[in-house]
Amino acid sequence: MSALGVHHLGKSFGGLRVTADVTLEVEPGERRLIIGPNGAGKTTLFNLITGELEPDRGTVTLFDRDITRMASRRRVHLGIARTYQIITLFGGETLLRNITLSLLGRRRLRWNPLARLDRQAALIARAREALGWVGLEHLAERPLAQTSYGERRRVEIAMALAQEPRVLLLDEPFAGLSVEERRDVLRLIAGIPRDVTIVMIEHDMDVALDLAERITVLHFGQVVVEGTRAEVVAHPRTREIYLGE
Amino acid sequence: MRRVALGAALVALAAVPLWVGSTYYINVASQILLYAVFALGVNVLVGYAGLVSLGHAGLFGVAAYAGARLVNAGHNHMAVAAGALAVTLATAAVFATLALRGTGLGFVMITVALGQIVWGVAYRWISITNGDNGLSIKGRPSPFDLSLASPAAFYWGTLVVFLVALATIAVVVASPFGASLRGTRDQPRRMSALGYHVWMIRFLAFLLSGFWSAVAGLLFLYYNQFVSPQVVALTSSAEVLLMVIAGGTGTLLGPVVGAALVVIVKNVVSGYIERWNFVLGAIFVLIVVFMPEGLVPGTVRLWRWARAAGRPRGAAAVPARGGEGGR
Repeated sequence: MSALGVHHLGKSFGGLRVTADVTLEVEPGERRLIIGPNGAGKTTLFNLITGELEPDRGTVTLFDRDITRMASRRRVHLGIARTYQIITLFGGETLLRNITLSLLGRRRLRWNPLARLDRQAALIARAREALGWVGLEHLAERPLAQTSYGERRRVEIAMALAQEPRVLLLDEPFAGLSVEERRDVLRLIAGIPRDVTIVMIEHDMDVALDLAERITVLHFGQVVVEGTRAEVVAHPRTREIYLGE
Repeated sequence: MRRVALGAALVALAAVPLWVGSTYYINVASQILLYAVFALGVNVLVGYAGLVSLGHAGLFGVAAYAGARLVNAGHNHMAVAAGALAVTLATAAVFATLALRGTGLGFVMITVALGQIVWGVAYRWISITNGDNGLSIKGRPSPFDLSLASPAAFYWGTLVVFLVALATIAVVVASPFGASLRGTRDQPRRMSALGYHVWMIRFLAFLLSGFWSAVAGLLFLYYNQFVSPQVVALTSSAEVLLMVIAGGTGTLLGPVVGAALVVIVKNVVSGYIERWNFVLGAIFVLIVVFMPEGLVPGTVRLWRWARAAGRPRGAAAVPARGGEGGR
């Protein structure tokens, strides 16, 4: 059984084949790194997996269940969560409220028009706990607009983790972070329990290499190389793409 | 402290017919409340869902026309209210289904078109709407055997409805559903990626908004005992939208203040200046220039600023100083 399966997936925008033909299988509990140069189709692949884009052909499976045509919001309830490369959070709300919205997304309570949200003690305690995972508990009441970029990256991850995903997709979680912040986020991701399968996109190979067990190299919307860390790093095609040799 | 202020406001509102003196002003107060209910309904969509509608006069009008037909067919008050609300909710469901195919400008344009269809029906489908002449009803209905005939009685009845509307919307806004709704306004794509059914949330908000617009439409019918195509014209939709924007979108009291502003200018200022529309326009320009966020949030901002500026420098750092002038 695979946690996440992608088979002959294709997506074109007009004449541009962003995802040409991608096939990959991710085992439960695996840490998979997807790398590739700009425009390789990494984020598009994520959008196809989460359902934000519809593929032209091919299938996506989650724990062997075909989810290719399923609405994005339904996939969330089956256990897919993601973070975004370009941070999309609720700027006017506090960090706590951001996490709370994420928690509500998977609870029936979100339809309740009569309960008072600020009296949902269990929910709010859980949101605080999730902020604690990323070390931001002390900023719970601060409006998101008044936080740093690195803190927002961590909020993104906390929101995804709060949904208790089975498959977590991280889109360039290290982008734009300082060296110390990278170390924090790295430690954070490394500490995610094994029952969560992680697929991570990273533009910069060096940072995320330590986390990955298997690496997929994407180039012009196609899988060029796939294998263990040592195999991929040693592969001549990787060197060609990354070093231009 | 807040409770005392709330209680005082309620007493002041309930006592309006006793202290404003003339019947004319009691009627102005009733109009403010019924338009406040309408604006509160529109604000659910405009303020909290971020969907600007220019077709809500259509829903307001459907309720008034349906109510008038039912009254004239001899039905009792409960049947009239239930029937008019049901017809309007069904219309709102159709409006929502069509309008929610778009967001932003697309949504605005579809609501304009739908509102204009209602206007066209009101104007041309004479066998149902009596066209340009409109429909009138004989006397106000007496729900639960309470006569609404006198201005004061109508005011109190409207006040009760207004308070229920305000309370309902306050509860919804503070609820998980309210938070979901604001989320779909701020980050719709993100909300679907978090597992929310964005379309359904917006649809339900449209229905809630349509419901209170319908209630306001019924109150309008009872107040005027007359409804004509002018009620469902585009200018009526624009007027209620201006109430919401002038008062402050996405705030609880903004629409109420906006409704008061427009109704007062329309009724009172028009007694002194023939071109009262000019005055209203000038007021809107001033609001947009000085309080673009609306009167209620703008006043709160000015109040905070004035308090901060009025405090002597460094006083905030010295807490144990007693009250002002307490020496």
